[in-house]
Amino acid sequence: MGNTPMVEMRNISKEFPGILANDQVSFDVKSGEIHALLGENGAGKSTLMSVLTGLYHPDGGQIYIEGKKTEFSSPKDAVNCGIGMVHQHFKLVQPFTVAENIMLSIKGLKQIYNLKEIEQQIIKQSEAFGLSIDPKAKIWQLSVGEQQRVEIIKLLLLGAQVLILDEPTAVLTPQEANALFKTLLKMIESGKSVILISHKMNEVLENTDRITVLRDGKSIGTVDTKNTNEKELAKMMVGRNIADQLIKKSSRKQDKIFSLDNVSALGNNGLLKLKSISLDIYSGEILGIAGVDGNGQKELAEVVAGMRSVKMGSLAFCGKDYTKSGRKKRMNLGISYVPEDRMTTGLAPDLNAYENMALNSYCSYRGAFIRWDKVKKDTDRLIQAFDVRLASKANPVKMMSGGNIQKLLLAREIDSAPLLIVAVYPMRGLDIGATDYVKRLLIEQSEKGKAVLLISEDLEDLLSMTDRIIVMHGGEIMGVVNPSETTREEIGLMMAGKRKVDLHEA
Amino acid sequence: MKLKLLGSWEIKKTNSSSALKKFGISVTSIVLGLLFAGLFVLITGKDPLELYSEILHASFGSIYGLSETLVEMIPLAICSLGVSLAFRMQLWNIGAEGQFYMGAFGAAYFALFFSDLPTLIMLPLMLLAGFICGGLWALIPAIPKAFWNVNETISSLLLNYVAYFWMAYLVYGPWKDPNGNNFPLTKQFPESATIPVFGNTRISYAIFLVVIIAVVMFFLIKYSKWGYEISVSGSSRKAADYAGMSYVKNVLKVMFLSGAIAGIAGMAEVSGVLHRLQQTISPGYGYTAILIALLARLNPLSIVLVSFMMGALLVGGFSLRTSGFPSSMVSMFQGSILFFVLAGEVFNNYHLVRKKV
Repeated sequence: MGNTPMVEMRNISKEFPGILANDQVSFDVKSGEIHALLGENGAGKSTLMSVLTGLYHPDGGQIYIEGKKTEFSSPKDAVNCGIGMVHQHFKLVQPFTVAENIMLSIKGLKQIYNLKEIEQQIIKQSEAFGLSIDPKAKIWQLSVGEQQRVEIIKLLLLGAQVLILDEPTAVLTPQEANALFKTLLKMIESGKSVILISHKMNEVLENTDRITVLRDGKSIGTVDTKNTNEKELAKMMVGRNIADQLIKKSSRKQDKIFSLDNVSALGNNGLLKLKSISLDIYSGEILGIAGVDGNGQKELAEVVAGMRSVKMGSLAFCGKDYTKSGRKKRMNLGISYVPEDRMTTGLAPDLNAYENMALNSYCSYRGAFIRWDKVKKDTDRLIQAFDVRLASKANPVKMMSGGNIQKLLLAREIDSAPLLIVAVYPMRGLDIGATDYVKRLLIEQSEKGKAVLLISEDLEDLLSMTDRIIVMHGGEIMGVVNPSETTREEIGLMMAGKRKVDLHEA
Repeated sequence: MKLKLLGSWEIKKTNSSSALKKFGISVTSIVLGLLFAGLFVLITGKDPLELYSEILHASFGSIYGLSETLVEMIPLAICSLGVSLAFRMQLWNIGAEGQFYMGAFGAAYFALFFSDLPTLIMLPLMLLAGFICGGLWALIPAIPKAFWNVNETISSLLLNYVAYFWMAYLVYGPWKDPNGNNFPLTKQFPESATIPVFGNTRISYAIFLVVIIAVVMFFLIKYSKWGYEISVSGSSRKAADYAGMSYVKNVLKVMFLSGAIAGIAGMAEVSGVLHRLQQTISPGYGYTAILIALLARLNPLSIVLVSFMMGALLVGGFSLRTSGFPSSMVSMFQGSILFFVLAGEVFNNYHLVRKKV
């Protein structure tokens, strides 16, 4: 009896136009285990889980729940079988309270409902699993971590036995992530199962029982966590040995390239998003910005790049004041910008590769016309040099893959011979190969004397690549740390809103 | 859950589409549109073949018909070129009709009240007046769009009615010809304010304007910095901001020029064909222009071609009245063709393949 898996998926196949997203994938979860689904972007993890939650109908293969063959024709069926998923983007109504949100998902609710009873159930569940939450709080008042708890409680109240979490730690501080894993442990102790979708090897190695690796839609194998290591997993994920760790020598120089002095700026919603930020960027250094997504990093990058106006304070480039200058002026000064939203900000999606390469140089031609012959020659050279793979240079860039889009964008920005490169989440969504390429490129640029402002959510990357790390929370700088002297815990506490000075007094 | 409907066929997405395939799809769509409209003719008990031949005969069958088709092509092509410029930036200027009327109004002002000017001064002045009046009319919806993101589709459309009734006010009121037996018409323009015509046809030299505007626009869009800014802004406003282009300024400039070109069409119509103002100076050129711009995929040279075809359809429609068909049949044809062409777009990005079993 104990050997029957809670969920077993046999030979699942799912084809989308032009790609086989899942190719005969088999996968099982026992009760009382945390099973990780590891793989790069596009490996087929999400597709497989969408099949399990009834969102997609598989083209082939079977699903067994507690040994019984089952077929889902809608997500409702999966919920009834005790399968629930916390998506990367939460499905919560912002102005509603926690209890109201959870009520929405309860099927078969009577016309006259008892909100008090629901609130009590929420409290009961949250106490049982260490998910402290106030059922009367409105969603918009909650932190991302708390919102995630609401999603989990929602699944528990729906009677989920198998919880699927899609990249749950992407939006959490290290401390919040630890709390989440404690909760997950309590759940498996009570006999539930957890499937963890992830592409981070560390957290998978530390927190799971078994790991299944997917690559190119195929299952590469399932291993016991205690019998494996990072190297083996990386090889399974990528299909080859990955190059040795990057070694970054500091090439920081004395000249200050760019500085912000007490800069405040508004966010898109008109509220103050940057509060009195002061920082200096030196040539030859990579300055990292750490923080949980949405704490002002994006606005900071836009202020530096010249796309967001400064409300108070001043900024200077090579010692001269440029507070009032716009994006075009900053471009001419030599500030290039790799935005978070590459597809619609960094590139014009409907235009082809040639046309997109002219985006920051089209003004440099004399007269009213663009010399397209020159643009074409430059583009061909860059595509070669940066190894961008294109089906056709005449196709709109929106048809290109994520890695190639990022390469094209970086090629253009680096070719513009900048003094400062502002890069926002430049590795996000890229596979291991492309990530490695982008990292090397940025380090190479800093060694050539360029300043790099690197905004990233990945502490490993920041620790291995940067000269200094500034930690932001709530639009303010919590402190500056040296990557060779700090710890993940220190950065984590600062990301959660503790100032560096306070940390060291305590 | 699959589409059982298709049997052993399925629709697959493709990333490439050759020019030949696009052309084939367009032609097929137009033919299907004509056949579909013919179906309704059949239901009314009339012979669709007779209708097709009637239209063909009226528009292409004689030198006169052909010349009338060209007469209709001129305002259609100019308006459509204007509209297409705004569309390229994803600005939905539906107000070409009103801009056409205001252009005609501006041109007529000089023709009626400065009638002593010599031709060489009069015609350029009228052209300039039409250009500016059409442009200013388009700026009215452009300003709130640029600064407060007010939807330009509705505001530009509603201004058509304002322009139309402004014209009606003029010809029923202050500008009415005192010697016109109380008809709602202005007096005839002086000789100096009329664009010359070819021989004894009604085709005016304004046809050169079509060629000039189309060619200039082709080069503007393909090779100029400003044309590039328009394409980038149309694809993504954020990318335009990123490249340091001023979206607000470009909205104003593009809308002004778009309206100004429609204004030129209005000037060309009153100065080249009608030689006076009257209550209705357009059978909906400004609306048909939208259709043409979309059918021609905003390509300036295709716009001229499609305008010629639509002109033929219009001429055919006028002649239908004499042979027992309502002329509004032509509107139905237009609608039907547009429907099929838009639906046919799908096949540019998808194709039908036989399933491998």
